[in-house]
Amino acid sequence: MTALAPAQKPAEPLAANGSPVARRAPLRIPVLLGILAVVALGVFGFGAKSGETSTFAISLRSDAVQFDPWVVSVRPTTIALGVVLVALAAWSIWLALRGRTSPWWLLALYGLLWASSFLVWIVAGSSTSLVDLLQGSLLLAVPLAFGAFGGLLCERAGVVNIAIEGQLLVGAFAAAVVASVTGNVYAGLVAAPVAGYLLGLLLALFTVKYAVNQIIVGVVLNVLAVGLTSFLFNAVLKPNSSTLNSPPRLDPIAIPLVSKIPLVGPVFFRQNLLVYLLYGAVFLLTWLLFRTRWGLRVRAVGEHPSAADTVGIDVNRTRWRNVVAGSSTAGLGGAFFTIGYVGAFGPEMSGGRGYIALAAMILGRWTPVGSLGAALLFGFASKLASVLSVLDTPLPSQFLLMLPYVLTIFAVAGFVGRVRGPAAAGVPYVKG
Amino acid sequence: MQLELRGITKRFGALVANDHIDLVVEPGQIHALLGENGAGKSTLMNVLFGLYRPDEGEIVVDDEPVRFTSPGDALAAGIGMVHQHFMLVPVFTVAENVMLGHEPTRRGGSLDLESARTLVRDVAHRFGFDLDPDAVVEDLPVGVQQRVEIVKALARDAKVLILDEPTAVLTPQETDELIEIMRQLRDAGTSIVFITHKLREVRAVADVITVVRRGRIVGTAEPTAAENDLAAMMVGRDVSLQVDKAPPQVGDVALEIDDLTVVDALGTRVVDGVDLSVARGEIVAVAGVQGNGQTELVETVLGVRSAVAGSVRLDGTELLGRSVRDVLDAGVGFVPEDRTEDGLVADFTVAENLVLDLVHDTRFRHGLALDLAAIGANARERIAEYDIRTQGPGQAAGKLSGGNQQKVVVARELSRPLRLFIASQPTRGVDVGSIEFLHRRIVAERDQGTAVLIVSTELEEVAALADRVAVMYRGKVVGIVPGDTPRDVLGLMMAGVPLDEAQRQAEDHPTVETLIEEGDQP
Repeated sequence: MTALAPAQKPAEPLAANGSPVARRAPLRIPVLLGILAVVALGVFGFGAKSGETSTFAISLRSDAVQFDPWVVSVRPTTIALGVVLVALAAWSIWLALRGRTSPWWLLALYGLLWASSFLVWIVAGSSTSLVDLLQGSLLLAVPLAFGAFGGLLCERAGVVNIAIEGQLLVGAFAAAVVASVTGNVYAGLVAAPVAGYLLGLLLALFTVKYAVNQIIVGVVLNVLAVGLTSFLFNAVLKPNSSTLNSPPRLDPIAIPLVSKIPLVGPVFFRQNLLVYLLYGAVFLLTWLLFRTRWGLRVRAVGEHPSAADTVGIDVNRTRWRNVVAGSSTAGLGGAFFTIGYVGAFGPEMSGGRGYIALAAMILGRWTPVGSLGAALLFGFASKLASVLSVLDTPLPSQFLLMLPYVLTIFAVAGFVGRVRGPAAAGVPYVKG
Repeated sequence: MQLELRGITKRFGALVANDHIDLVVEPGQIHALLGENGAGKSTLMNVLFGLYRPDEGEIVVDDEPVRFTSPGDALAAGIGMVHQHFMLVPVFTVAENVMLGHEPTRRGGSLDLESARTLVRDVAHRFGFDLDPDAVVEDLPVGVQQRVEIVKALARDAKVLILDEPTAVLTPQETDELIEIMRQLRDAGTSIVFITHKLREVRAVADVITVVRRGRIVGTAEPTAAENDLAAMMVGRDVSLQVDKAPPQVGDVALEIDDLTVVDALGTRVVDGVDLSVARGEIVAVAGVQGNGQTELVETVLGVRSAVAGSVRLDGTELLGRSVRDVLDAGVGFVPEDRTEDGLVADFTVAENLVLDLVHDTRFRHGLALDLAAIGANARERIAEYDIRTQGPGQAAGKLSGGNQQKVVVARELSRPLRLFIASQPTRGVDVGSIEFLHRRIVAERDQGTAVLIVSTELEEVAALADRVAVMYRGKVVGIVPGDTPRDVLGLMMAGVPLDEAQRQAEDHPTVETLIEEGDQP
């Protein structure tokens, strides 16, 4: 060794920052849990009339084996749930004060119990089908989940996809028309992503090639999609609705054996093809994004495009490909509205779900699994709103219809400070 | 491998960034490219690395002309580059960053992380340092991030390694370790192109020195050349590297910082119980590696950041808790460390930027309206006084060179009577000529009796300006020492070593640069 002995190394690595002081995890979420737990205990628990019961059917009439419906006496159940919720919230606050964040399962358990408590309270005095509720939740989550996947495919590569709404809409339109004309529902299922792809080409052209502000292009494409489909609906579909707008629908497919499992079977395995495609997509996307060369490169492009460029990755080609892939995915999700659900196309039938899909993507932290979870949450809220609107509930039905949107605001406001998206999302990459 | 650049010319509009540059890099050689900021060194290297396409000229590798249309081509030809601004994905691990672009995969297409980890460890071990392949890059100190960059280039079998201003972010001791790595690489046959504007380092490590000025090669020099000669070649005229300054006429204490503690959003004490005072007529420099609380310290004094404890008094009046406007009105001038982010509005004109925090002054307004004539007159005066090279007061400030932008900021802050002048990194990214000028202005402000607080990560600057030096490490002041403290001692203190220990270690293990300065080749 020369005089450059590494004896001069500092005792500790040079950290960028100083020593931590009594670190406190943010209290926002635990306190929110506390308030909601008190609401659950006070309103759903002690606020419930004694002696009332709620009835939940857990098998469909068509099931081979019938199970007795669940009859729950409201007040004892909600009080018990309320006490557990208060305890969970207290635990979460205690953890936060000790500088630890609550584990995810605590939050999940809390959400499940709170929702159960609400459900028992609101159904009090009447009955509803749990199978229908959960089956419908999953079904309604389909366009949200595909939309969120479409969004995250773009954003992971650094392009903000505000145009999910438009992609869902053109997907729905194309699926309805093509399925009607060909009489083949699967042709519709192919047409939907193609329509999304075409809209994606426009998005990619303007955002990637011409580096136009991504938000503006996205909004403009949404307006274009609404205008175009509404015009075509009025001008072409309405006069010829029997030939152009009466598509066949995707039938539920029962998976042998597993579809016979009580509750789980009808909810997960007696659904239409789009739902099964969703199962496949979530695994495939997770693997692709986090386990393959393609995924690593896409994420690099979305986080630090010049770093990707300097190791020989073509940033704009990657972005271009991801934008059209994402748009196609969202387009496929659009097929749900027509051939996967109601059948015929109606103007603006996506009803803002593209934006909720965007929220689901953020809430799901730009991961496929997280996005699916968030989509299920929103799907549950939508389904619950429609189920409860026919029951005689203590809350006005208009208020219940707000539920998914209120939930979106809470979820995004509660989490947005804690999540960090791809660093370069929204920033066009211009060389040199 | 031998690398040759023949007649490379690169133009950006009317600006000729590289003008017929010829350069030969021999195998196993450390070739220093010396030049000021904006001389065209980085442009040349970006051409070589395939990021820019040259307008004229060719690149020749082992007597074969090559054409690079993307960095991928340059990498394939065996050219690696460590960029001034690291090209690392902050949220990726070391292994992911190293394998990016040439990822090993297993059958079925999954990434083979295990062989990437092994690759990182192997390359790092070859050059005698440790690197945790699973560490997330954003959690690593900059010195280690730079090693990740080097490993990244070497993992792709780079035969020529371009290092663009690699020492800008390092302490003297880290620089030493880098120099040792560079020598090992050279001895193993790798050619190194070392881009810098720091004369000491060039003399310490280079085999050949090529000097670039205004896009042209102005000559080559031997590593034994005197610093003043190299500086003259670089700038094109004689420059004095020393600031002539009289001993300070120290007056009463103006700024008193007591037990100041500042906490960031994550609850980390970024400024931790700092005591510091600055008297009238003296320059106190806060030295330290970037990110040890200096920025937060001066931002708290200005009032853009709030403190959790302590006090900051200017001539006996408390500054904490007051608005930035109040603090400025109390006679504080502030030059932020990032002039393009915080010092200037790039799209505003030079004239507008020169009055950015003065527009409420009755000198520059008629009632609610701006007095455009006065603003224009002020701009012409300042441009003349500070020798700001601009097409005129109406030019957008963002179009000026770094040195001239900085002159605009400093001119604005010094154009009103001050009690305290704070300048953060006053000469970062500024050419040598402007550095000289700015340093003289800062000393002149001191001589008028203003208290001056400088934050600098450059030891040359600290040595040139400071009457006293406060060294910060992890939010604490490690020690306050006289301005003429040897740089080796300061360097060790910047790494958190207390003063006594630093003095002892500096004697036992002087850095390469110090040895060269003493005429004693290691």
